[in-house]
Amino acid sequence: MNLFEQAEFERLQYLTRRHFLLKCTTGLGAMALGSFLGCNSSGKSTGNTAKALAEHSTNPLLPKPAHFAPKAKRVIFLHMAGAPSQLELFDYKPELMKLNGQSCPQSLLEGKRFAFIKGVPKMLGPQAEFKQHGQSGAWVSKHLPYFSKVVDDVAFLKAMHTNEFNHAPAQLLMQTGNGRLGRPSMGSWVTYGLGSENENLPGFIVLVSGGKQPDAGKSAYGSGFLPTVYQGVECRSKGEPVLYVSDPKGMNRDLRRHTLDAINKINEEQYKEMGDPEIISRISQYEMAFKMQVSVPEAMDISKEPESVHQMYGTSPGQSSFANNCLLARRLIERDVRFVQLFHWGWDAHGAGKEEALNFGFMDRCREVDQPMAALIQDLKQRGLLEDTLVVWGGEFGRTPMLENREGKENPFTGRDHHTEAFTVWMAGGGVKGGVSFGETDEIGYYGVKDKVHVHDLQATILNQLGMNHEKLTYHFQGRNFRLTDVHGQVVRDILA
Amino acid sequence: MKLLRNLSIQMKKKNSLSLIKGIGVASLVYLAGACSSNEHIDFNADIRPIINTKCISCHGGVKKNGGFSLLFREEALAETESGQPAIIPGKPGESELIKRLVHDDPEYRMPLDAPPLNEEEIRKLKAWIKQGAQWEDHWAYVKPKPQELPKVSNTAWPKNGIDYFILQKLEAEGLQPSPEADKTTLLRRVTLDLTGLPPTQTQVDSFLKDNSPNAYEKVVDRLLASPHYGERWTAMWLDLARYADSKGYEKDDFRNIWRYRDYVIESFNKDLPFNQFTVEQLAGDLLPEPTEKQLIATGFHRNTTNNDEGGTDDEEFRTTAVLDRVNTTWEVWQATTMACVQCHSHPYDPFRQKEYYQFMSYFNNTRDEDTPNETPTLNFFKQEEQTKVQLVKDWITNHSPAKEKAQQEQKIRHFLQVLEPKFHGHNFDSLTKGVLTGDNKSPGIHHTGFTRLKQINFTGKTQVFTRYAAESPGGVVELRKGAVDGEKIGTWQVESTGSRWKYVVKSFFIQPTEGTHDVYLVFNNPAAKSEVAIVDWVVFSEAMPGWDKPGFKAVQDSLLSLHNTAKPDRMPILQENGETTRRKTHVFVRGNWLVKGEQVQSGVPASMNPLPKGVPSNRLGMAKWLVSPENPLTARVTVNRFWEQLFGTGIVETLEDFGSQGMKPSHPELLDWLALQFMHEQQWSVKKMLKQLVLSATYRQSAKVTPELQEKDLYNRLLARGPRVRLTAEQVRDQALAIGGLLSTKMGGPSVMPPQPAGVWQVVYSGLQWKNSEGEDAFRRGIYTFWRRSVPYPSMITFDSPVREICVSRRIRTNTPLQALVTLNDTVYIVAARGLASRMSSTKDEATIEDQLKTGYKLATLREPTAAKLAILKQLYTNSLSYYKEKPEEVGAILGEEQSTNTQLAALTVVSNAILNLDEVITKE
Repeated sequence: MNLFEQAEFERLQYLTRRHFLLKCTTGLGAMALGSFLGCNSSGKSTGNTAKALAEHSTNPLLPKPAHFAPKAKRVIFLHMAGAPSQLELFDYKPELMKLNGQSCPQSLLEGKRFAFIKGVPKMLGPQAEFKQHGQSGAWVSKHLPYFSKVVDDVAFLKAMHTNEFNHAPAQLLMQTGNGRLGRPSMGSWVTYGLGSENENLPGFIVLVSGGKQPDAGKSAYGSGFLPTVYQGVECRSKGEPVLYVSDPKGMNRDLRRHTLDAINKINEEQYKEMGDPEIISRISQYEMAFKMQVSVPEAMDISKEPESVHQMYGTSPGQSSFANNCLLARRLIERDVRFVQLFHWGWDAHGAGKEEALNFGFMDRCREVDQPMAALIQDLKQRGLLEDTLVVWGGEFGRTPMLENREGKENPFTGRDHHTEAFTVWMAGGGVKGGVSFGETDEIGYYGVKDKVHVHDLQATILNQLGMNHEKLTYHFQGRNFRLTDVHGQVVRDILA
Repeated sequence: MKLLRNLSIQMKKKNSLSLIKGIGVASLVYLAGACSSNEHIDFNADIRPIINTKCISCHGGVKKNGGFSLLFREEALAETESGQPAIIPGKPGESELIKRLVHDDPEYRMPLDAPPLNEEEIRKLKAWIKQGAQWEDHWAYVKPKPQELPKVSNTAWPKNGIDYFILQKLEAEGLQPSPEADKTTLLRRVTLDLTGLPPTQTQVDSFLKDNSPNAYEKVVDRLLASPHYGERWTAMWLDLARYADSKGYEKDDFRNIWRYRDYVIESFNKDLPFNQFTVEQLAGDLLPEPTEKQLIATGFHRNTTNNDEGGTDDEEFRTTAVLDRVNTTWEVWQATTMACVQCHSHPYDPFRQKEYYQFMSYFNNTRDEDTPNETPTLNFFKQEEQTKVQLVKDWITNHSPAKEKAQQEQKIRHFLQVLEPKFHGHNFDSLTKGVLTGDNKSPGIHHTGFTRLKQINFTGKTQVFTRYAAESPGGVVELRKGAVDGEKIGTWQVESTGSRWKYVVKSFFIQPTEGTHDVYLVFNNPAAKSEVAIVDWVVFSEAMPGWDKPGFKAVQDSLLSLHNTAKPDRMPILQENGETTRRKTHVFVRGNWLVKGEQVQSGVPASMNPLPKGVPSNRLGMAKWLVSPENPLTARVTVNRFWEQLFGTGIVETLEDFGSQGMKPSHPELLDWLALQFMHEQQWSVKKMLKQLVLSATYRQSAKVTPELQEKDLYNRLLARGPRVRLTAEQVRDQALAIGGLLSTKMGGPSVMPPQPAGVWQVVYSGLQWKNSEGEDAFRRGIYTFWRRSVPYPSMITFDSPVREICVSRRIRTNTPLQALVTLNDTVYIVAARGLASRMSSTKDEATIEDQLKTGYKLATLREPTAAKLAILKQLYTNSLSYYKEKPEEVGAILGEEQSTNTQLAALTVVSNAILNLDEVITKE
């Protein structure tokens, strides 16, 4: 057994035993363990062996039981790459408006590290009007008119904080639990922990919009030191939906079927000669590949959705947009994809240029995400999927209550610098209470003052909703058990239903 | 009985059922039989496993609950918080450790909140304390011991020493070795293993014909001499070196470091002894009068990531790189998980936190500081610049004093190729009337403003080089010693560079000044609209030889123009700080680089061999320490790595961890024997070591899995059969191209961009573009593929290649549908299939379709197909042919030639596509 197999084996043995102890279903537990171990030792019948080996430990995406009964079966994470300003969206600070244009007090600057602020910047009041919405009276700015209508399904975490003040490291911390390269991402951990319920689609799918990859690149959804089978698979709106999923030009499905039949039959011949169980495993992987070639394009094709759905999301088939990706997320979730990760790039509103100004580019981004993300919540809800699907929205850090003064000078446009001390994340569905606001920042939105939630706490909470104890979801690497939350993380129980 | 009572209490508490009871009782029975009462207790065999599984997580390097730790003997015998030691050697009855293991009160009984130790474990611990509570080092930290070849019954089988160790164990298990693989299979195996490529048909034929007793050895010698040998092993080494053509993080820009890759290829090919290979990579720059190659070798540790994102703290990411160098060095040469020790003493192995930072101190004094320009670099010049290069070289040679002739080459390299130490934007402080500009990296100072550089050694330094930008002409920068109004030691007349975005390298002279001083740069230019100048870097250098001689200006202009080359070819290398700029190294409290604790000096861990006599206490000394014969790990770790590549699994399966949490060696004596052979008999020659491995009877066995072997040894740890593993990412690709007759054998040079699907690269803030390489560069071996960390070549990643952000010793092999999609559908494999099809069809005019199919199968597997396999291929061919006859418009598409109507070739292409996907093709048998 290699280390991976051994870890898997031990984990499953543990889980099986636990399951068996809890439920007293001796037969089932023993059977699960048996089939897991089941390398058919007779080696006589290829068919049976294939079946046994589909369950073999080298199929690392086999569905696995959670640590405890999960509230959420799947996750959609909407990552706003570049970090939107909480002060223009959710964290309403009328006091900050009063300080608008005044010099920032030294006490807020001393001992702090900023990406671009130099010297003494000016304070910057909220650049948007706010109103309360819904039964819960949630404060949301006028930038998000559609989203304002679904706030009663949403729990806000208003005193989020992080350790990293540059984009790539902060995205890595948010998605992998560590600000440096090399760790597995949340979706990888989740598919490693729970496997995939749909063997015809990848268990962890990534959808990117905004014209760019996230700043941290594929490392934001990579598998780090976990086997690469757990990395996020990017599904694209242009070109092949998944790389290499289309048959080559000049070959149709029937001919592909013929080639697969030939490959598998020869492999069976080879198995008779060599007896290596890995050959049987390969046969089943080729069959899965064949199915994936149909199921991926089918899942990615939104053109057959009814017009009402397109109007709801603001989608138009064939485009690459956040709206399309939200609709795709729903379609993938319907097909039991475990973890769908969206990145929408372009939120870095420093004010150094028009595209990154709070009063220009930032507002465009708001328009791009507002309707579809609200539609996603509504759509999941009306389909009964929101109950067991956790939706998470947020950037990698927040923005300063100060006006950015890059190089000590006034920027051409209005913007804010990166800020680690306070930002807002919201969650919906998957066993999270709706209409809740948890955590408070001070009067100017600089520090969290009550119920602060660290990025690791958010991660612990997401895993908890999936039925996993973040301290137990571990992988042995370089001499120790690593986990998503490193040595930190507390589940935010107050927002759980 | 007491134990059974405890067990049942435990069971009630946990609401558990018979399974635990079953396990408990079974293990009791098993253990009770395992140990008699008077035997000597072996710490490593009997005690360490108990400590590591039951005690160490609360009483070790991380936590020392109750002030008690079991990591080192002196800690274990020391006073605890109670004021008493927990272990009193010779007196188990008085030792608190034992008392607490059997305490009736669950609040006191250890391990807390966990099942109690069983009777056998407690008995062993008592006996061990009685016998003096002696500690023994973990096997891996003890030097390999000379080994006698074991006695075996089947003396006819072994071909060399390796086989005795393997066979002894097989005989003990009642197993027989497998027969030798057939010649073709063996040739394919050894050729793939040693060169990463399949053998050609001619090579197969000549091997089959050669009936001499040493026919196989001749093949091995030929393969070891092949230039492709170096390429194959470089593929392995690049994962360890975390080699990439980009820097990582947000911009993930180009890194010009392919010469390091070529150095590795060349080193393997010329069989540079592994100890020398080690020293050059870790400290080539510190060797006396290093060669250019030795400087290139230091690229090993310049493969760390760099963060060019705007607004980063360069020191933060410099520190990240240095920590990575420590962790990588320990992983590659020592298979020790030193990364654990960054935050606290090692939880299991004998390393204290302070020792991590003592070791880090070796790496903490290089000049690289996470700047976007990647300095220090080694500059290379284009052909058209050679006249200028020669001018400078000749001038320096002609103007150096006769007695310094030996150092001329170093001088030439200093001025032309290295020009260090550079002080960067972030080294300047006390910025007045100025800020860091240009992505927060470079000080831009306005009229009457100033900035300071601390602690510059001016002795012998009279020439200043600087790279700067200035919009307005007429600026003057005064250099003042010690204070802003201190003694003026030089004046820099700032020429306009045309704009504040255009950076240029210039030089000026200052007056001779002795000693180390702070220097203030005071900027003046009343006419300047913006900054007087924006400074990227400054170098205080000795003056160029002949600086005061007539004709110097032309030479200097040539030199500067070389430094101002528009598209420079500069490779990052290591350069050491001078005495006055040496960084102090501190312990990072809990691993946090912002919280600095005790200052430390360079040193190796106390539990290891000391630095060899006479080596300097710097990186070079450290490198020599690693390859000292006294080092217990380097040779073992290295032979184990190569073993794993050939046999599929290491003798120590955890290549990356030989520590007490790693896996135990399957054949410990063999590992020691091989390590000593490698260091002494083979004098660190990798070729000799590999030859020994592949000549063994063990290696030559058939890989066939019999039901008996599957039952007894599914994972082939006993090696009663040969290895059978899927090829690596690079090999899958290279072989397909070779079978298709497309593989380019061109070696070295900048990385290439073979076809990849459009739209894969969408990196923020980066102008770097994927441009498909033309001609044979589209068909180079996988190791030459441009490796961008944030968007690695997709098919490589799918086949388990690591991303190369950090060192990864072991690729965990997976078997997934996405891999099938690559080899079925990726353009690279379709083009290879077309190539194979045309090779099949071009055999002979009169060749039947069976002949052609046989040829295709044979080109891929080197064997004749069985009748059954041939029939399957024939069926596929027939189906394909009728498909293309029905749909002639598809023929051009599959062949990639619009006009083509060759239905037979189209059908053969489909068959080729299937052949390239066969398990026996993508597997080494």
